[in-house]
Amino acid sequence: MSETINGDGVAVAANGVGKTFDTRSGEVQALTGVDLRVAAGEFVSLIGPSGCGKSTLMRLLADLDSPSEGTIEVFGKTPAQARRDQDYGIAFQQAGLLPWRTVAANIGLPLELHGTDRAARAARVAELAELVGLSDFADRYPDQLSGGMQQRVAIARSLAEQPRLLLMDEPFGALDEMTRERMQAELSRIVGESGAAVVFVTHSIPEAVFLSDRVVVMSPRPGRITGVVDIGIGRDVPRDESLRETTAFFAKVTEVREALHGTPVTASGREGR
Amino acid sequence: MSVVDGVRSPRRDRTLRLVAPVAVGLLGLAVWQLLVGVVGVSAYLLPSPSEIAAEWTANAGPIAEAAWITGVNAVLGLLVGSAVGVALAAVAARLRWIDQMLAPVVAGLAVVPIVALAPVLNSMFGADSEIGRRTIAAIASFVPVFLNTLRGLRQTTPLHRDLMRSYAATGSQTLRTLTLPTAAPYVLTGLRVASSLAVISALVAEYFGGPRGGLGAFISTSAATSAYARAWAYVGASIVLGLGLYLVTVALERLVTRLLTGGAR
Repeated sequence: MSETINGDGVAVAANGVGKTFDTRSGEVQALTGVDLRVAAGEFVSLIGPSGCGKSTLMRLLADLDSPSEGTIEVFGKTPAQARRDQDYGIAFQQAGLLPWRTVAANIGLPLELHGTDRAARAARVAELAELVGLSDFADRYPDQLSGGMQQRVAIARSLAEQPRLLLMDEPFGALDEMTRERMQAELSRIVGESGAAVVFVTHSIPEAVFLSDRVVVMSPRPGRITGVVDIGIGRDVPRDESLRETTAFFAKVTEVREALHGTPVTASGREGR
Repeated sequence: MSVVDGVRSPRRDRTLRLVAPVAVGLLGLAVWQLLVGVVGVSAYLLPSPSEIAAEWTANAGPIAEAAWITGVNAVLGLLVGSAVGVALAAVAARLRWIDQMLAPVVAGLAVVPIVALAPVLNSMFGADSEIGRRTIAAIASFVPVFLNTLRGLRQTTPLHRDLMRSYAATGSQTLRTLTLPTAAPYVLTGLRVASSLAVISALVAEYFGGPRGGLGAFISTSAATSAYARAWAYVGASIVLGLGLYLVTVALERLVTRLLTGGAR
């Protein structure tokens, strides 16, 4: 907590973050003692079993909930300020499209809410539709699209305002394996082009290894960070099918799995210590 | 209606959708006429369709006039009841304690018998006033509109609310882009149900005193003077009136749906 944060180089800094929920059966500690730093442009996955608090942590970063203890800074600001400044884009497991809006109107929703004029909005929406390969579907309604296509709309929407940080909560969790792998490759390309930092919640080990610079391993009861695995596959290595066949990829999958199952892998488990 | 070519064109479907109910209706009338004319059901029990039609043409003027009086009562009641229903539902959706306060009142209103209320209101507003009937129509319309609107305003999902929060959307932006479009189909369903209730209650309220002249009043007068065919003609006019108002609300529903999907482009 004593560290000073340079707003330019650090996207996310969480220090000693805890979250307690009041439920009918008493207090539930969802998160405790979380220290996490995400550098600008870095891709970090949060992985762990259900109940490890990975989604809770992401909601705290997005200011959809507030921490019970500790501090969080997003680009050197409070999460509330970062939210008001629209410093992040967000995508959830469900696409969450508005069913009465077309694909184009869904992608343009944040721009519309923030007063981007019609012409600029149309241009940006066309660009985003192109980026996620949905140019031919701009006039369709969400119920006319497959799950994968809906999720692509949601990702395009999260990128609409060129955020420096993307928060993604299992965005591919509801997709079939083949669609999922294709979407991972596309996301990797899109993020590479945008240069945004990403906090990516998942429970798939290969997905985390394939996408990330670093994988943060979490464990439940209470939710906490138990390990961090540096993936070390450079940004210059193309994220394609051949990467999934390499021994380096398999080695990292094994390393994350071991970290998840409690075998000590790295000497310094905690971030920033 | 055999399917000759296997695949039906949309146009043929549409024709079928219009023709089928009309055919069923005509068949029903024919059987009815047959029952009365050939089998000999007494006119006292059931006048034949031709008699009723004759009464309708003979009394076209008074029927139209009566339908106008009842129609105005029903429409005014529907408008006021719906407006109050939507407004109170909006407040109740926002403030839990208002909702809790209103819930028993609305449950009470929902079961108020028109039969009991009509004479009371008629004597309250005076024998020459239509206000009692309009009030009854308004109360009858209020309930379904209120309940459906309240339900509709609560249909936004946590996911959509999170999304609007992440966009730092203002209260009125969230209302405009999320809450109202989500609630609209529910409000319109409430209106559709209320339109029929408004006509029925405006009509039934006329049975229990107040000025003469509406459809309900004529039905009871005709029946009391054993003019059964004429009474049936007025019943027919009531059905036409109710259906008319119902179709207006259906049209409104279509219009809003189109505006909602088209306007967001």
